Amino acid sequence: MPHQPSELELERRAFRKRQGYRSVLVSLVSTVVFAAVVVLALRAAPGWPRVVHSFFDLDAARRSFPVVLSGLWLNVRVLVVAAVGTLLLSLVVATLRTLRGPVFFPLRALAAGYTDLFRGMPLIIVLYLVGFGVPGLRIFPRLDASVWGTIALVLVYSAYVAEVWRAGIESVHPSQRLAARGLGLTHGQTLRRVVLPQAVRKVAPALLNDLVAMQKDVGLISVLGAIDAVRAAQIETSRDFNFTPYVVAGLLFVLLALPVIRLTDWYTARLRRREQAGAIV
Amino acid sequence: MTVLSLRGVWCAFGDHEVLRGVDLDVERHEVVALIGASGSGKSTLLRTASLLEHVDDGQILLGGEDITDPRVDADAVRARIGTVFQSYNLFPHLSVLDNVTLAARVVHRVPRRDAEARALSLLEGIGLAGKARAYPDTLSGGQQQRVAIVRAIATDPELLLLDEITSALDPELVGEVLDLVRSLKENGSTIVMATHEMAFARDVADRVVFLDQGGIVEQGPARELLAAPREARTREFLARFRSS
Repeated sequence: MPHQPSELELERRAFRKRQGYRSVLVSLVSTVVFAAVVVLALRAAPGWPRVVHSFFDLDAARRSFPVVLSGLWLNVRVLVVAAVGTLLLSLVVATLRTLRGPVFFPLRALAAGYTDLFRGMPLIIVLYLVGFGVPGLRIFPRLDASVWGTIALVLVYSAYVAEVWRAGIESVHPSQRLAARGLGLTHGQTLRRVVLPQAVRKVAPALLNDLVAMQKDVGLISVLGAIDAVRAAQIETSRDFNFTPYVVAGLLFVLLALPVIRLTDWYTARLRRREQAGAIV
Repeated sequence: MTVLSLRGVWCAFGDHEVLRGVDLDVERHEVVALIGASGSGKSTLLRTASLLEHVDDGQILLGGEDITDPRVDADAVRARIGTVFQSYNLFPHLSVLDNVTLAARVVHRVPRRDAEARALSLLEGIGLAGKARAYPDTLSGGQQQRVAIVRAIATDPELLLLDEITSALDPELVGEVLDLVRSLKENGSTIVMATHEMAFARDVADRVVFLDQGGIVEQGPARELLAAPREARTREFLARFRSS
């Protein structure tokens, strides 16, 4: 026969339940009140009708939607290539920074200088330098602006992501490396088989977060003239000076980012549960 | 046949000299216990022998080959030695089976099927075949340490180095780990172990070596040395050990 809770416990449970109902009610009411205040304040603003007309024009939204959507397709392609490129380059840079011994000083210094430079420089300036400067050298065949934009994104993001990897690599306890080397694994085998698999688990939320940031920043390739969602919205806007296409593009970017944001939340929560359960991985 | 031979080995960290000219020979099938206070150099001695720590002077020979020669492939040397650590150091992202077979597969290029068959029979021997697919964090400390020992012997090393392998264990789990070491000795393994388990050293070790301040103070047959130490420092250490 299962354990029958005592009177005391039943009373405590009833109290917790009442508390729970109250909390839900309070948060519900306060949210509704806050939303109502915001809506009323906005509608009372003198410029509200004009803002609605120039930013939330349903007709303009409908007209610009196909163009902006096909622009977004370019963003998606750039994103995929830039994300894969960043993953590879950042791993190489992080690996170079972990090399020990004076022999590897030039490589280590190169990697350190690279991360310093590209973490410090604004993305938009890198875009201009790579997008307009490098083609100016005339040693490369004519390439689409989106290609140069992708290269600039990879250069900037790899500098950040390499630091994330490095933090992950350093978070793996030195005794793990010792155990692997003790078995006869080489430096490279130890990194690949023992250190990186554990580092990935630790930095996955940070990596996914950088992916979300990159999803927005692919919109910046529009400054090089590539017809992406932002550029398409700009062209539509200049037709009749209605800004609704920007809102359309913005919402599409949010929709694009949502799955990864949810995935990050889910993974982080899972990791936390595991750690609180006392597990190591 | 001499498996391991240390000749005047020095090892310093900055100004701190941890090993000060250690000479030690370990014969095949011999079990040598290193005893001494914390900081006496036991662990450092084991680490220099497996090239996990640098050597500032002297020579270390493994099977007659000078492994302190910088032209020697250190990875290949380590692959011939099995090391077990105080805190197990199992790989948490790998299953028990993958932990045991990693070196065989990656370093010795044994096909996965053969490596797993060998690992499973070894795990069977310690009663953990049922845990082959489990991850280390689901095992008790004693089970983890026994898996770590099996991982170290899975590639048939010439020499086994055990670094205070019971120090991190709860008292009731020490026995199962020591039993495994005893059975390794019966199977003819050559073992050098740093230990605080004096009773175990007396029962299992052929020879006990007492280290103090980076040097060997005294060594001899286990029972003799522990029962009747000749040196004052050894007596002092053993007396402190018994009273604690």
